[in-house]
Amino acid sequence: MRYSGIRQGAYVLLGLGALAAPMVFPAYQAQLAVLWLMVVLALTWDIMGGQMGYNSFGNIVYFGLGMYVTAVVQRDLFFDVEEYAAVAGGIDAQLSVLQYFAGLSLGLLAATVVCVLVAALLGSGILGLRGHYFAICTLGLGVAAGEIASGMDYVGAGSGLVTPLYPADADSRGAFFYFYFLALATITLLTLRGLYARRFGLAINSIRDNEDKAEAMGLQTTRYKTMAWCISAFFLALAGGAYGNLIGFIDPIDVAFAGSTLGVWMVLMAILGGKGTLWGPVIGAAIFHLTQEIFWTYLLGWQRVALGFLIIVIVVFFPRGILGWFRERRHRYVVAQDASGDPA
Amino acid sequence: MDNARILVDAPIFALQLLVDGLLVGAIFALAAFGMALVWGVMNIINVVQGEFVILGGFVTVYLASAGFHPMFGVPIAALVLFVLGVIIYRAVIFRVVERDLFTSILATFGISILLQQLMNQLFGADIRNAVSGFGTVLLFDGDIAISVIKLIAFAIVFAVGAILVVFLKSSRLGQAIRATAQNPRAAKIVGVDTDRVYATTYGLNAALCGATGALVVMTWVIHPFIGLIYTVRSFMIVVVAGVGNLAAVVAAGLGLGAVENFAGFILGAEFQAAFVFSLLVIILLWRNFRLSRHRKVLR
Repeated sequence: MRYSGIRQGAYVLLGLGALAAPMVFPAYQAQLAVLWLMVVLALTWDIMGGQMGYNSFGNIVYFGLGMYVTAVVQRDLFFDVEEYAAVAGGIDAQLSVLQYFAGLSLGLLAATVVCVLVAALLGSGILGLRGHYFAICTLGLGVAAGEIASGMDYVGAGSGLVTPLYPADADSRGAFFYFYFLALATITLLTLRGLYARRFGLAINSIRDNEDKAEAMGLQTTRYKTMAWCISAFFLALAGGAYGNLIGFIDPIDVAFAGSTLGVWMVLMAILGGKGTLWGPVIGAAIFHLTQEIFWTYLLGWQRVALGFLIIVIVVFFPRGILGWFRERRHRYVVAQDASGDPA
Repeated sequence: MDNARILVDAPIFALQLLVDGLLVGAIFALAAFGMALVWGVMNIINVVQGEFVILGGFVTVYLASAGFHPMFGVPIAALVLFVLGVIIYRAVIFRVVERDLFTSILATFGISILLQQLMNQLFGADIRNAVSGFGTVLLFDGDIAISVIKLIAFAIVFAVGAILVVFLKSSRLGQAIRATAQNPRAAKIVGVDTDRVYATTYGLNAALCGATGALVVMTWVIHPFIGLIYTVRSFMIVVVAGVGNLAAVVAAGLGLGAVENFAGFILGAEFQAAFVFSLLVIILLWRNFRLSRHRKVLR
């Protein structure tokens, strides 16, 4: 490979930049942490939406479920539920460092277990459905989850749930969550790269390209589809659990099952960068998050209108996304070179 | 579950819920006509359905605030939405009709977000309604109260359904629509302008949704973010009834209305929306289960 030297150099630079970023921009640690969260969201959406051709509008379910499970475990390990609700996670509810991290890691563990189980259970049912039924079904699932959570008193119903306070000063909190999300994004990316290079990647690509044929060749399509959904759920649970702690307050509809923000963004980011590619969602997430910070503020409330517009434009005119577009151009260039170089 | 006991103790109350549910179910069926049409003819699952309904409601609200009776909203919202539907077809939908379903679902999903947020910006996020002022009729010594607007809506839905059937069966355009639904290529060969057929179908769907919205805003309330539930209801109805059968769509709509009304009463109003969305998941699971049994028989 001609590019491999450049490529490795770019990886190293990217890694160094990512590690140095919170030191260079200490005021933006939380924003940068959210950048990596966005990368995770886009990557996990792309497993189904891009590589497998199954649009899921309900992946936010696992994000919110993971958030709630983590917070509930954190709460129930050390507090009495009613007492906790009374102080609303206030000053009295201070945990020691050990307690906090024990609660967080146990909570995240529980969240992944619950989310993967739910994904397996739901998936084995609804993933037997073909894509369009699945798409609408997930659309309903996301809203149903938010509605149910805002009716359940155990998790604070519509008034939300406060996560336990981080037991140290704000700086180390920002840094902790930054590196958590950076690590999560890296692990997600590496895991997916490994998976896409294996039989799993071929299987889900074949489902996207021709599901009937894949099934006729003896592929257990429903099993692979469920597996893909479980993998999404696993990473989304880890992302959601920590994001709840980063925000500090879990609102059922605006934070946890945030279908109209994060739920839409993950779709947009993946198709913007180029769905069905490994790096596309990463690029899409980075571009989306950075531009959102810079020029979104000038749109003054119209940004969500612009969001819908952007989705239409990308889907209709630019379906391959940024990375796909570059690949197509390079492909054309190579083909043109070959043709001109051939004297016959 | 205390509410469930009320139903057993006072069966007249159950009758009230049933009548109410059937009447509102007809309104759901009206939007589902449109979804069945677009799904059957264009092979598009139109996620924008609910936003069209809400837009129809807003047209009626503004008509009412301009001094007209909200009943005029039914034809006028239909007309406005027809134009909007054709515009949306000419701008976006025609580019995705012949592409795969994933593309068209994503595109209509984008349009739905666009319209939803646009309504939020232009009309505000407040809850709106339009008062029809028709009052209620009492039956069985006043044990059962039925608001007249729901009865009128019921009648309108049946009338529109009948007109739609006649239109599709006997008019030239209706025949062209059915021909396109059966085989777009063959229809093109025999001289049907499929592009125009698609535009009309999509506009007709939007018009049906607009009329639905006018009825919805007189029966309940609307706000910009409530659209999705109408999309989901239409989708459920069409999944249960199938795309080619308007009578079944009406039946499924009435059934959904009744079920939803009972569930809302027994579970409590705060869980009614959650029930609708969960019902969607259950219906699809059940459909899948039935299909998988069917497959085993084939094996």
